[in-house]
Amino acid sequence: MELLLSLAIGILVASGVWLLLRPRTYQVIMGLSLLSYAVNLFIFATGRLYIGGPPVVEKGIEINPANYADPVPQALVLTAIVISFATTALFLVVLLASRGITGTDHVDGREPER
Amino acid sequence: MFHENALLFLIILPFLGAILAAMQHENARNTEAWLSAGITLSAFVIAIMLYPYVEDGGVIRREIEWMPELGMNFSLRMDGFAWMFTMLISGIGLLVVIYARYYMSPQDPVPRFYAFLLCFMGAMQGVVISGNLILISVFWELTSIFSFLLIGYWHHNAAAREGARMALIITGAGGLLLLFGMVLIGYIVGSYDLDVVLASGNTIRSSNMYVPALLFVLAGALTKSAQFPFHFWLPNAMAAPTPVSAYLHSATMVKAGVFLLARFWPVLAGTDQWFYIVGFAGMASLAVGAYFAIFQQDIKGLLAYSTISHLGLIVTLLSLSSPLAAVAAIFHMMNHATFKASLFMAAGIIDHESGTRDMRKLSGLFSALPITATLAMVASAAMAGVPLLNGFLSKEMFFAETIVEHRDSWFDTATPYIATLASAFAVTYSIRFIHAVFFGPKAEDLPREPHEPPHWMRLPIELLVLACLLVGVIPGFTIGPYLHTAVVSVLGARTPEYSLAVWHGFNLPLIMSALAFVAGILLYLALRYYLATSPEDPPGLRWLKGQRIFDRVLVTVSWRWARWIEANFGTRRLQPQLRILVGTALVVGAWPLFDSGFLSESVRLQKVDPILAVLWAVGISCAVGAAWQAKYHRFAALVLIGGAGLVTCITFVWFSAPDLAVTQLVVEIVTTVLILLGLRWLPKRLEEVDSSSRIAARLRRNRDFFLAIISGVAMGIVSFAIMTSAPADSVGEYFLQNAYSGGGGTNVVNVILVDFRGFDTLGEITVLGIVALTVFALLRRFRPAADSVGLPEQQRIQNAYDDAQQDRELGETAHDFMRVPSVIMNWMFPIIIVLAAFLFMRGHDLPGGGFAAGVTMAIGFLLQYLAGGTRWVEDRLRILPVRWIAFGILTAMMTGVGSWLFGYPFLTTFFRYINIPYIGDMPLASALLFDLGVLLLVVGATVLILIAIAHQSIRSHRARAIKTEAEERV
Repeated sequence: MELLLSLAIGILVASGVWLLLRPRTYQVIMGLSLLSYAVNLFIFATGRLYIGGPPVVEKGIEINPANYADPVPQALVLTAIVISFATTALFLVVLLASRGITGTDHVDGREPER
Repeated sequence: MFHENALLFLIILPFLGAILAAMQHENARNTEAWLSAGITLSAFVIAIMLYPYVEDGGVIRREIEWMPELGMNFSLRMDGFAWMFTMLISGIGLLVVIYARYYMSPQDPVPRFYAFLLCFMGAMQGVVISGNLILISVFWELTSIFSFLLIGYWHHNAAAREGARMALIITGAGGLLLLFGMVLIGYIVGSYDLDVVLASGNTIRSSNMYVPALLFVLAGALTKSAQFPFHFWLPNAMAAPTPVSAYLHSATMVKAGVFLLARFWPVLAGTDQWFYIVGFAGMASLAVGAYFAIFQQDIKGLLAYSTISHLGLIVTLLSLSSPLAAVAAIFHMMNHATFKASLFMAAGIIDHESGTRDMRKLSGLFSALPITATLAMVASAAMAGVPLLNGFLSKEMFFAETIVEHRDSWFDTATPYIATLASAFAVTYSIRFIHAVFFGPKAEDLPREPHEPPHWMRLPIELLVLACLLVGVIPGFTIGPYLHTAVVSVLGARTPEYSLAVWHGFNLPLIMSALAFVAGILLYLALRYYLATSPEDPPGLRWLKGQRIFDRVLVTVSWRWARWIEANFGTRRLQPQLRILVGTALVVGAWPLFDSGFLSESVRLQKVDPILAVLWAVGISCAVGAAWQAKYHRFAALVLIGGAGLVTCITFVWFSAPDLAVTQLVVEIVTTVLILLGLRWLPKRLEEVDSSSRIAARLRRNRDFFLAIISGVAMGIVSFAIMTSAPADSVGEYFLQNAYSGGGGTNVVNVILVDFRGFDTLGEITVLGIVALTVFALLRRFRPAADSVGLPEQQRIQNAYDDAQQDRELGETAHDFMRVPSVIMNWMFPIIIVLAAFLFMRGHDLPGGGFAAGVTMAIGFLLQYLAGGTRWVEDRLRILPVRWIAFGILTAMMTGVGSWLFGYPFLTTFFRYINIPYIGDMPLASALLFDLGVLLLVVGATVLILIAIAHQSIRSHRARAIKTEAEERV
């Protein structure tokens, strides 16, 4: 299971970084999305993989933390999901504005010299 | 108590006055002058009232704790020497304020002038009465800044800008070095307190850090006092309005340097290094300044070089390290301030009345300006050191000191000769100033016909000249006691016996003076006709312009080197930057792994579930496919990304994170719609072959591919290493144990977000709100590219079909096409709202919460837009997302503030369960209110972002009009 998730994170990162280094803004925004999946999964995975123990406790009982997944990485990732939505939105608008002003969707705001 | 707080007033008053002055009307010259005069007069009166406390070595202290643990306090300290400077600053300040009222023309924006002048006054007071080394540095830099603003007051004038910039760079850099010096001294002594520092002279002088500390302090003092080799900024600063020159460049700012030297004289002076460095700078300035002053054609230039020379005299005196010389130095600081300020004001009157300051044009002004001429003559006689005037007294003391041997070296032996020579030069330039301007034939072609100025403009000069005379004739009665107070506060027990008498008998200094007079007069007679037409600066030395060297250095550093570095190490292109970023992250991330090993021993693998394996096979294919297709098939890439996102979402559920899954799912939907809306404004891209076939491009792609693979492998390994190691103790245990008892919720993730780490969440939603407003603002001025302005192809075809049929209205096809989905979507609205409410209510105890509920609700609105179109929705539903954002953030904030009312820290949660009939136990925590704020803000932000983009399609863009115009022309 760990191997599978590591593989998934690795490939998400590779695809994301590849797209991040591409010259077109749309490729970069796609790359950022993939990277954010990878990073979210990675942060989540630092809490270890735990099946069948969501961090929802029962009322009034002495709690054994070993029976639950670590809630801290989950809280972090929840925040990260919302923030990555915000950055995606901002980047999208910036790329649209940049495309409108410069007339190109190249990340440098102008077509490379040939 | 009065005298201690009075120190505070001395600093606060001018700054307060500056604020008032800045708020006055553009050409309210009288109001400004009254206000500023009132402020300076108050400061002057306060200073006079403080005299009894500083007499005979008294010190006033006022300390306000600022950062006591760092030894940094806002401490003020006034002794006799500081008092003398306070008097100069406020007294001459008052005269300058009066003078400036008549000097400034109605076209000049006076509020700025007076505000800066008062600020400068406050900063200068701060320099002299600070009792903390760091505080001195702070005020020191403030004087540099306000001097910059004042010199550049006429900023439409290029010379003023240049002069201001040069002064700022030189004195500002000097101030920075001074700060280093102060820190070093503080380090040596172990305290930044001026009293402590002044009492530890031996510690400082014997420290091995003495020389660097000395060099840094000297760098500050000598740049400020325009001493050789940093003197060249002062003549260039003459582009300032003349009141500024009279105030800053004679009486106050340039005096700050010598003030500092005298202030630290008891602790820094007396060593060989001090003698040689300070002595060289002083002597060079004394001689070079005087020599250059002779050959100036601008009156103010002459006065500026003369100032350099006179400050050189003071610096030389201080370098000699004998108490008597220090007395002479302090005395000359006062004398120079009085006669030089009056001379600058006289120069201003000449300029003001005749329209020029060029001595080649000016001539015979005596008949037009008899009173001003007389005053200028007395003042310049004082400058030349004529007996019965104050300049003579300190000059004689100077001569007497130069004769005494201090160090056994040729340098010390040469001192009296250089002093006499410089004094002869001073006689020459003083005579030249008077003779060239006021005597000779009456000038014909002056820009203006000169008259005597208004009496109030001349009054400051009259008072200053009167002071010169009084001090020169009866020094013992007038200046004696005050000079003594100042001297005692600097020298303390080392105060020597000295006499201020006018007549000391026939002695060597008197002979030196006589020699200097004769030589000076002869020199003037010899140079007279040459000077009448000569260009600026002495012959043979015109190339030696500090200004030019300075400019060249500046160009080299700030232009050539900067260009070179930018050309060789910089790029404006994003891709290389990102490449460096990724590469650096890789190296930095890998470093510790190589240090400490990759895998820990305790490997415990869980069995792979085939279902998840299949899911991830799909997810991975999606990710790779998106990477492959994102350039030419945007829509496909978007769908594929969505696939990868869904698999991620399922993974969250799989591994016990239902909250993440819910949030991820709804955010996924919104993001996809958002990007879909954006797709329309991107350019068409058709598959082309050329770029990928080129070798350079292929190499680049290979390199990026390599980098991507390495990054992926590295992240994979790190993830694997982490997941297979035993978990460390986590704060999570605490949260799990205390979520219910302490936070009143059973969904620990939600309790963390709204309670334990509520402050973080508050920050986060603020960010979200800001992003939404930024998006909104960016899109308000959105101009799409010309090729994406027209309707999309599909809509054009549909519209063309509608047009062609008789019985169809425009847009009907699209409407028909969407009919069934739109009915469903309309009916979904209440259901989604209920779902959002449900997610929100249960959030504290079960998966859900404000974020998920907020985005869900936003989806509800979004569906209406999709179903009916923007216009249809907005005809029926008023959505004010900016208000949702505002209410959201307010609710969250007020919840936090609310806990203050009960005496708890910000954002403390209160909770209780309440039994509501039919619904059951309902958690009623204040955290729920906070979560409501989160919900409101998330709804507002998401909807604002989405509709801001959606609105672009229905806006009529100016670009469209331009485009149609262009088409018509073709």
